[in-house]
Amino acid sequence: MATTATHHDIHHDTHADEHEHHEGNFWTNYIFSQDHKVIAKQFLITGIFWALLGGILSVIFRLQLGFPDASLEWLRPVLGGWITPDGKLNQEFYLALVTMHGTIMVFFVLTAGLSGTFSNFLIPLQIGARDMASGFLNMLSYWFFFTSSVIMFISLFISTGPAGGGWTIYPPLSALPQAISGSGLGMTMWLVAMALFIVSSLLGGINYITTIINMRTRGMSFTKMPLTIWAFFFTAIIGLLSFPVLFAAALLLIFDRSFGTSFYLSDIYIQGQALAHEGGSAILFQHLFWFLGHPEVYIVLLPALGISSEIIATNSRKPIFGYKAMIGSMLFIAILSFIVWAHHMFVTGMNPFLGSIFMLLTLIIAVPSAVKIFNYVTTLWRGNIRFTPGMLFSIGLVSFFLTGGITGIFLGNSAIDIQLHDTYFVVAHFHLVMGSASFFGMMAGVYHWFPKMFGRMMDHRLGAIHFWITFVGVYLVFFPLHYIGIAGFPRRYYSFTNFAFSSGFADLNMLVSVAAILTLAAQFIFLFNFFYSMFRGKLAPANPWNSNTLEWTTPRNPQHGNWPGEIPAVYRWPYDYSKPGAKEDFIPQNVPYSETPESNLPHENDQIKLESSGDSGSIVIGPKH
Amino acid sequence: MMNSIIVLGVILILAILYLIFRVGSLVNVAKGDTDSKVERGNGTHAVLFVVFMVVSLVGFFWYSYVNFDNYTLPIASEHGKLTDKLFWITMGVTVVAFTIISIVMFIFIYQYRYNENRRAAFYPDNHYLELTWTIIPGIVLAVLVFTGLRAWNDITSPPSKNAEVIELIGQQFAWTARYPGKDKELGNVNFKLIDATNEFGLDLTDAKSHDDFKSLELHIPVGKEVLLKIRAKDVLHSVYLPHFRVKMDAVPGMPTHFKFTATKTTQEMRDELGNQAFNYEMACTEICGQGHFSMRFPVVVDTEEDYERWKLSQDSWLKSNPDYMKNVPAGLRESAMIKAGIPVVLEVKQATAVGSH
Repeated sequence: MATTATHHDIHHDTHADEHEHHEGNFWTNYIFSQDHKVIAKQFLITGIFWALLGGILSVIFRLQLGFPDASLEWLRPVLGGWITPDGKLNQEFYLALVTMHGTIMVFFVLTAGLSGTFSNFLIPLQIGARDMASGFLNMLSYWFFFTSSVIMFISLFISTGPAGGGWTIYPPLSALPQAISGSGLGMTMWLVAMALFIVSSLLGGINYITTIINMRTRGMSFTKMPLTIWAFFFTAIIGLLSFPVLFAAALLLIFDRSFGTSFYLSDIYIQGQALAHEGGSAILFQHLFWFLGHPEVYIVLLPALGISSEIIATNSRKPIFGYKAMIGSMLFIAILSFIVWAHHMFVTGMNPFLGSIFMLLTLIIAVPSAVKIFNYVTTLWRGNIRFTPGMLFSIGLVSFFLTGGITGIFLGNSAIDIQLHDTYFVVAHFHLVMGSASFFGMMAGVYHWFPKMFGRMMDHRLGAIHFWITFVGVYLVFFPLHYIGIAGFPRRYYSFTNFAFSSGFADLNMLVSVAAILTLAAQFIFLFNFFYSMFRGKLAPANPWNSNTLEWTTPRNPQHGNWPGEIPAVYRWPYDYSKPGAKEDFIPQNVPYSETPESNLPHENDQIKLESSGDSGSIVIGPKH
Repeated sequence: MMNSIIVLGVILILAILYLIFRVGSLVNVAKGDTDSKVERGNGTHAVLFVVFMVVSLVGFFWYSYVNFDNYTLPIASEHGKLTDKLFWITMGVTVVAFTIISIVMFIFIYQYRYNENRRAAFYPDNHYLELTWTIIPGIVLAVLVFTGLRAWNDITSPPSKNAEVIELIGQQFAWTARYPGKDKELGNVNFKLIDATNEFGLDLTDAKSHDDFKSLELHIPVGKEVLLKIRAKDVLHSVYLPHFRVKMDAVPGMPTHFKFTATKTTQEMRDELGNQAFNYEMACTEICGQGHFSMRFPVVVDTEEDYERWKLSQDSWLKSNPDYMKNVPAGLRESAMIKAGIPVVLEVKQATAVGSH
């Protein structure tokens, strides 16, 4: 562990670093790299690939829902037998599409693509470390994810189809191939891929936690860490505690499927045959699944909230309002996220008393979420707002977090949830608050840190166009679903015409589908901007957004080791924007108070003495000299 | 031919877009970014956000008002009135909060857009403000939780003794209902006894099962508490009666239940809606396989008298499947025939049939 860091600290002449970079070949530099920045880019590009695929899958099933009478014959070259002879989508394949869309988006895009990219990229850069605690484990984390991706991807092409029991894979449906063809080989591959995914996620998480605790640069106390790092820290802890439970749930399901055990199965008569399973509990799986599943929501959301906190503060040219309250609310959310899982199960037959408890705890979680929204809004107040693409997407995130979060108050109320459970109201809720908000956090992060990742700027105007189409598009896709949900339309329906109560709203469904197609199309603007700017974008200055955090003190293209010389020490919190008296409207974290007497607050003048003693090593954190 | 023209067209459009992009970039380079700290068009976004806010809020209120009757389902149960009331109270509270926060946020975004002559305020925290917006949502949520808990406890409280018991069974991809018959008690079932005819898995050694009858429609009486006992044969299903605000999963191996009281007969609802074609429906809301979307089960709410009359007109399962008399223990056969309503003539025939086995 930490050998790289020690090595660099011993020889802190620039040559050592440059030499180290030029060592190694294409394979060790770009493929099996242990540099956290390269690994972050690998996660990002894999995540973008999955996001595109997940988006395309959703558009295919939106075609079915929005245009139920249209012929999908033109998709036959791609989907083959999944298009029925009369040009419709196969009903089981529809469910497989829904399942894979959910799995891909939740795990492969918003967990690996978001956390994997930005935790890896930003943790060492923002806390002032040469690399992750273990570069090797970090590399393994990506390659486990990659292997998992390959298996999940292959499962799309097998003849029985990918898993089709919903992304929550509730047994018995997911355990019985005779119930749905996707529960055959497709489900096996899903489980194997997810097991590998969990390994990847744990390897990553352990690394993030260790790095944040042990490898902060001199002066970077916990209360001086940017909110991004706090968010990644909580996220990693949540993941470390909850993913093993999903692993256990998946393992028991594998046993039920392949080795004849009865953890989840009991009293089943299917296709003319009573199965031997007895004594299992289908509800057990749901408890285990949601013990991960609910924290997973925050694994997805917290990094996005951290990223947007950072970007909103930077581009409002103001300190984030209530830094400690933001940390406190994230901590509170992280703790509560473990004790609210059963609100997904109010009407599963669970003891109603448990329902009462979980309803109480669930509605409490709305308080720290509300605090976060108010703090964002207050950060904007009397700011000097620059609408960079990153800022636009962050504002979009706050808007989605508000719109989608508020409907959680309905769903968390068990009495109201009876009617809304498993309707489109739920779909609208979580796509806004979790899906779109986190996706916008990811986009904001890409636009904001692209200059540090690739040393070039992304095109501003294309970014703005991408934002506006996506922002309006997402609202047009998900807002109408609330009405459809209040009207009682159930989720995961192939068609709504079998019921009189759900036969209306063909118009809204069509609107949603058209908006979904346009929103997906707009993502190609991003793709073009991303890859074009990578090679031909304007060269980025070292600190293009005039930001305070440490990553902007690195050279334009930081090499392995991040800083050519010594790692800068940290003297102040990361949000000294527009400080009264200061010359510029930002003071980076590595500027000591002794250099800014004109803007110091009284208590900060007292810190000056500590700064000089700090050089002698009394508050050194991290490797000793 | 047509396809290649389309492909060519798309390529052409993309090429034109790319050229516009390049020209725009070059013009920007030529103009130079000079010393402005923000890109040109910064203020445009501020205006667009306000426009977005106004248009979307107006659209939201307008659509919600105009289409109110389209997206709200009529209520036909006692507790449905209560949960809907809670729903609309929550809606009121949240819409007010949502509207105020949205307006304030987008106004701030507009008002505090970049101005090079202004400096942002250094305003890192204010404990009173933070305390205020921790406590106020806390109180509001406490009220919502409290009312919700009371409703939830009422809805999930134990059913009354004389509730009308009906069993619903989910399977891929259909529902069946089982009524307890005259003894008002459902007989035991066992999934190992299920076969093509005995789809309930009726345990005929239990005398209570002899008068149970099957129905492919859910009939319920108006104004009387109904206890739905719910189970599934193969995978998870979920009983969903949208007009009655009833939803409960059907779980293989774990019987569930839901009690409610219907308030309007089918005919009353038809008259109220002015739609004589109206029928109550039951759907499945737990993904269960390819036919998930088609598990429609008709629901009829009768007046109490009609309901009793309908029940009397139904044949017991045992009567419809007399072959299964052989599974009834010898000591119970006579009472079984009486309970099942099998005529004596049949009894003789049946006895000889059983004897010859």
